[in-house]
Amino acid sequence: MLPVPNLTPALPEIFLACAAMAALLAGVFRGEGGTRVVSWLSIGALLVTGVLLVTGPTGREVTFSGLFVNDSFAVFSKVLILTATALSVILSMRYLEQEQISRFEYPVLMLLATVGMMAMVSANDLISLYVGLELQSLSLYVIAAFRRDFAKSSEAGLKYFVLGALSSGLLLYGSSLVYGFAGSTNFDTLATVFRAGETPSLGVIIGIVFVAAGLAFKISAVPFHMWTPDVYEGAPTSVTAFFAVAPKVAAITLFIRVLVDPFGDLLPQWQQVIWFCSVASMILGALAAIQQTNIKRLMAYSSIGNIGYALVGLAAGTEDGVRGVLIYMAIYLAMNVGAFGIILSMRQNGRMVESMDDLKGLSRNHPAMALAMAVFMFSMAGVPPLAGFFGKFYVFMAAVNAGLFALAIIGVVTSVASCYYYIRIVKLMYFDDVVEPLEKPGSAVAVVIGATALFIFPLFYVFANPILNSAAAAAASLFRM
Amino acid sequence: MADWPILTLTTFLPIVGALFILVIRGEPDMVARNARAVALWTSLITFVISLFILFNFDPANPGFQLVEEYAWIPSYNISYLKGVDGVSVWFVLASTFLTPICVLSAWESVQKRVKEFMIALLVLETMMVGMFTALDFVLFYLFFEGVLLPMFLLIGVWGGPNRVYAAYKFFLYTFIGSVLMLLAILTMYLATGSMDMRVMIEHEFARDMQVWLWVAFFIAFAVKTPIWPLHTWLPFAHVEAPTAGSVMLAGVMLKMGGYGLIRANVQMLPEATFIFADFVFVLSVVAIIYTSLVALAQSDMKKMIAYSSVAHMGYVSMGIFTMNQQGLDGALFQMLSHTFVSAALFLCIGVAYDRLHTREIARYGGMAINMPRYAVVFAVFMFASVGLPGTSGFVGEFLTMMGAFQVNTWVAFFAATGLVLGAAYMLLLYRKLFFGKLDKPDVKAMTDLNWREVTMFAPLVAIVLIMGIYPASFKNVYDATVAGIIADHQESLRAAGLIQADPQVAVAPADAGNANEN
Repeated sequence: MLPVPNLTPALPEIFLACAAMAALLAGVFRGEGGTRVVSWLSIGALLVTGVLLVTGPTGREVTFSGLFVNDSFAVFSKVLILTATALSVILSMRYLEQEQISRFEYPVLMLLATVGMMAMVSANDLISLYVGLELQSLSLYVIAAFRRDFAKSSEAGLKYFVLGALSSGLLLYGSSLVYGFAGSTNFDTLATVFRAGETPSLGVIIGIVFVAAGLAFKISAVPFHMWTPDVYEGAPTSVTAFFAVAPKVAAITLFIRVLVDPFGDLLPQWQQVIWFCSVASMILGALAAIQQTNIKRLMAYSSIGNIGYALVGLAAGTEDGVRGVLIYMAIYLAMNVGAFGIILSMRQNGRMVESMDDLKGLSRNHPAMALAMAVFMFSMAGVPPLAGFFGKFYVFMAAVNAGLFALAIIGVVTSVASCYYYIRIVKLMYFDDVVEPLEKPGSAVAVVIGATALFIFPLFYVFANPILNSAAAAAASLFRM
Repeated sequence: MADWPILTLTTFLPIVGALFILVIRGEPDMVARNARAVALWTSLITFVISLFILFNFDPANPGFQLVEEYAWIPSYNISYLKGVDGVSVWFVLASTFLTPICVLSAWESVQKRVKEFMIALLVLETMMVGMFTALDFVLFYLFFEGVLLPMFLLIGVWGGPNRVYAAYKFFLYTFIGSVLMLLAILTMYLATGSMDMRVMIEHEFARDMQVWLWVAFFIAFAVKTPIWPLHTWLPFAHVEAPTAGSVMLAGVMLKMGGYGLIRANVQMLPEATFIFADFVFVLSVVAIIYTSLVALAQSDMKKMIAYSSVAHMGYVSMGIFTMNQQGLDGALFQMLSHTFVSAALFLCIGVAYDRLHTREIARYGGMAINMPRYAVVFAVFMFASVGLPGTSGFVGEFLTMMGAFQVNTWVAFFAATGLVLGAAYMLLLYRKLFFGKLDKPDVKAMTDLNWREVTMFAPLVAIVLIMGIYPASFKNVYDATVAGIIADHQESLRAAGLIQADPQVAVAPADAGNANEN
């Protein structure tokens, strides 16, 4: 009799994959103009997946012959990913219609990318890691070039594809080295091997570095960040909004799992690599953004910087640090979705504008929108009492706790430097006079902007404890002995 | 004792008012009128409620009182913890007292975006009161930084021609300072396992660690105070800020620095405080003399008062680090006095600026003839700033000098030259503004203070005189707390072997000061 693997741990993924197919069918039958229906179907599917996820088994469960794992860490990350995708779909609906690129494949591709991300987060083997990553990447390559008759968008898709393929190559090469020198691709087996106190051979170390490089590509950490500004700028804005959050959350949680779970005992070996990536990302994110005039490019550098801060927590390599990264990513998600909601609504005379100067005097015409943007900007700069401060607070605390004082000091210094360009946006909105007023944002977008702004301040204070507790549980599940 | 959360109420009532203003809709004129009224009433009610803090405060008890504690983020031992002691209680009242006056000062001078202005002012009040009443370090930091946001907007939106530069400079300077404090807080948290300031005051940190923590805190608070040479943001911020912004900045925000120095540096890090005391004396004396000379050379009256603020805060930092009863009492008194005097002086400048739209001293002259009421009011604050006996300024300067004299004669000597210079620039300013011929036509056309402005100045004049004539009324509130702080400080130093364990020395703070010199 054919053995049937236990499917319950992967139920949400299976459901979402089927739902994506169903949405595709629905789109095909509706034909032209079916985008809105498919989008709402997708949001519904994401909601159901979320419910399945949260109500599913809570303990650690391994299935598919050890390829797939579900634990609190995965659940926490998946909730973030599903939220990010659902919000991105809501943001994109009106935008796609206005830009006349409204095709039903768009939400379907986002769903498939989400399935890939969920598989990444749950990977318990270098092979399943790679499969999940590629499922995500292939979908993303397509939507990056979704505005196919627009040169910049095609270029973005191509650039993302070529560089993404390169990073996949690095990742595979690293995986093969690890397999060759350690004898397994399974995370549990690898963890046992290294825990037994076996001194890692040079081959394994090089393998880990290559795997780390491949993953650093995906989270656009310096020095593998080069694609980010161009892809952010070239892709349709709704795609950029999606890129900025969901894949970042997925990739960084995958990064954490790979480094902490199988290679956790090799902390001294990989800590320096992460330390360097973190410092370089924070510095580049703070300095390179200063001279940007295009707001999407600015957000690209801002995301590089933000990833640098998240990596501070990973560099600590402790449970505290992981908890910090998870909280950081939750807050990062809200800030970015909100900020991109505003960037999406930057329209003058029916066409999209992307220059920062177009925000001038926003506080006169759209005081609520300007206030929300100010909240996001101050929050990204890490100014209390906004939630962004707590994101940094927890990762810096972990770094100080782990004795990484230099990292913490560089972190606070760069966060002051990055303040400069974040408050420049506030300056444009509040201190300067209106040049040309922006149009009113659509109601769905306005709701998303308002909700995320309220989450950043003051709702975060109400939910501080639940978020912290679930992040703590998630981190703890990764550090099981 | 009050069994209702009086500190929380005082902190968040202004925000409630701000929310009311936020929902005002309608004709622009009506919105502006209502926004002003709501802001005034909210701040007045807040002030009345804050008076209950004073009524319920027991001056004989040196510890923290009216404590409110709720679990907030238990996994990190962060709680919503509030309380006041003698050091903070007056600053809370000063904040709530100055806010309605600021609203009045902006009544006519702020005409654009009145609604947002009043919201910013009320949010600022919440942040300031919250900061002075926070006993949890995270809460303290949140409010300490939170002040930056409304102030940044106040300077940047309603400020003068160079407002953007000034707002940036203000924001970045103070932000850099305080992130260092954040690292220090984290380090202290990891050492004690608690964010409770009371625990940190009790905890004895290793001496090496104290030195680093002290430096981090000192930079943060020195920028805010400001202590020379970290004061350079202040003149810009003051010159560009609208009158209400300057008043808040000089009146309350600068006191955050002094308050932090006492709370964090002195109370939590006694050994490092002892080690660095001479260093602070040098900075203070340089600040007093140098910035007084700079003030003497100013042609812009707001800039002159801004520099004089730096000099006056020099007495504060000097007084704090004498670590004797007179010095610390004097520093607190000086801070309080400066709160009202500098606020009043900026209001006075605002009055002149509203009428003539220039702060150039040379454009005025002979105002005593056509503006007698204004001349009298200005004179009171000018004398208070100079430190004339009978005004609040005298007591603070006198006590800090007395404290310094016990510790180091030279420090007191050099600080005293600041008094002379202070008298010189203030009297010069007064002469140029009010005396001489009234020959400039636009100055001739200026009208004297109206009822609104008189209402605005009357309480300030009263307070400055009461503080000068009967200082004990203010000093009594914090005397016990200060004595407690100094006793704790001496005890820590003796335990660390930095001063002799002679009980005679311990009882008389004056002698302890001598030990410091040796």
